[in-house]
Amino acid sequence: MIKSTVAELSLALAAGDISSVELTQAYLNRIAQYNGELNAFITVCEESALEQAKAADVARAKGDTSSLLGIPLAHKDIFCTEGITTTCGSRMLGNFVSPYNATVVERFSDAGVVMLGKTNMDEFAMGSSNETSFFGAVKNPWNTACVPGGSSGGSAAAVAADLCAMATGTDTGGSIRQPAAFCGITGFKPSYGRVSRWGMIAFASSLDQAGPICKSAEDAALMLNVMAGLDSKDSTSIDKPVEDYTATLNDSLQGLRIGVPKQHFAEGLSSEVEQAIRDALAEYEKMGAIIKEVDLPNSHLSVPAYYVIAPAEASANLSRYDGVRYGYRCENPVDLEDMYKRTRSEGFGEEVKRRIMIGTYALSAGFYDAYYRKAQKIRRLIKVDFSNAFKEVDVIIGPTSPHTAFKLGSKSDPVSMYLEDIYTIAVNLAGLPAISIPAGSANGLPIGMHIVAGDFEEAKVLNVAHQFQKHTDWHRNKPSAMAKEA
Amino acid sequence: MALDKSEVAKIAHLARLHISESEAEEVSNRITDILALIDQMQSLDTEAIEPLAHPLEVIQRLRVDEVTEENQRERLQTLAPNSKDGLYLVPKVLE
Repeated sequence: MIKSTVAELSLALAAGDISSVELTQAYLNRIAQYNGELNAFITVCEESALEQAKAADVARAKGDTSSLLGIPLAHKDIFCTEGITTTCGSRMLGNFVSPYNATVVERFSDAGVVMLGKTNMDEFAMGSSNETSFFGAVKNPWNTACVPGGSSGGSAAAVAADLCAMATGTDTGGSIRQPAAFCGITGFKPSYGRVSRWGMIAFASSLDQAGPICKSAEDAALMLNVMAGLDSKDSTSIDKPVEDYTATLNDSLQGLRIGVPKQHFAEGLSSEVEQAIRDALAEYEKMGAIIKEVDLPNSHLSVPAYYVIAPAEASANLSRYDGVRYGYRCENPVDLEDMYKRTRSEGFGEEVKRRIMIGTYALSAGFYDAYYRKAQKIRRLIKVDFSNAFKEVDVIIGPTSPHTAFKLGSKSDPVSMYLEDIYTIAVNLAGLPAISIPAGSANGLPIGMHIVAGDFEEAKVLNVAHQFQKHTDWHRNKPSAMAKEA
Repeated sequence: MALDKSEVAKIAHLARLHISESEAEEVSNRITDILALIDQMQSLDTEAIEPLAHPLEVIQRLRVDEVTEENQRERLQTLAPNSKDGLYLVPKVLE
């Protein structure tokens, strides 16, 4: 039962085949069995999860038929959860017990969802391998010598190993989609502003967006139905009606125009990944879609522009960690400046400090035009590239990552790690919705396919992803190392 | 652009980070590598391009100017490393 999709579990719970308490206990057992090996969870909330499950069963007995009622979920540890430690993968917040819930947490709780715990992540979501977490690296369930991707690596590994039915993630440059690709699951980043950022610890505020990490596009639609919507507490959340994202999943793809960016099939792409995506495109042609090459001429500048904008915004956002109001404070400071500097140097890890330094430099006097303003101009060119492409095609498809999951410890220099997100970053700069779904496998590791659509075309992305999953079984593949039943 | 050790010290101070003498060289090399990646931007002439600050170019929404939050000082100060009588305590600033 724990291997089922959310859609299947929803039916089983409604039919009375299983109770939420039984289901929750099964996942807790599975976490006890495998979390030592995977390190996917930072905090497990056994007692409160069982209480929530019991409440869900009572609500169901009283006639509540909410689609996610009683389904066990894990939250990335970037979402504030009242009364529960919220670390953001950092020593800085290692002792931080949030006094309030993020809107995303509140919405799932209102829908009767059971929270199993908080998942591991790269520190402050800065990383593409989950190795920057203060709480240790997460292991890939397909091969524990490999990384799960990042920054939402704990959520992706937990879903892939069936330690939860579904999880939340956040994506600033690929942090939902790249770990979803590496772990062989479905990860969806909605349009910027579609999901509230309130209570989601800030990294780069013009790029950050929350989304579902789950086992199918249908599950992503069910989750997004709960997550999406205007929030008066987030002034950047968008005032636009929320569709029922499940309503158009079964629309025909006859005549769908799929754009294939030539820049995403160039140097640096592994041949196995390229073949898997070409095979997937052939599958779409069988469904009646038309494949066209599209040009994204400025895509090579997306990583450079991102590494100005994201660190600049991060350096401003992370200035709040001063050792005064909450979080870590160094021992025996001699004066205020010593307290700030040692608190921040001891509380933050290497990668976070590096990005704060880059951002501070880019925003310092005399450099603004050469860096931040220049990067924002390139951001416009990237947005225009996509707008032009979407005049010709309905969706854009390519690889999520140039290769499959790499070995733990194999990428020690920051620039090679930054280039991991080469196909995903432009989408954040342009604010577009995009999903990664499993579309193949090489040497026992999953391959992710990236599907992008225009602003607020979440339903289109989910429809195109769901149709692929109806015709193929890649999303049903499970890591054999995690096959032991509790 | 390369960043030497004295510039690293200046930026670290602006960011209120402590970087020891022994770390400075490594930090300066890493940041120089990253700036080389970033400097690829300079290959493109963007003179006539307007900067894009928000991916959807929407205007910041405003709300009515009224009090919506309760004062939770006591509750929130329990999170502080050091507080007393409703105040946050830090090392002495004035003698």
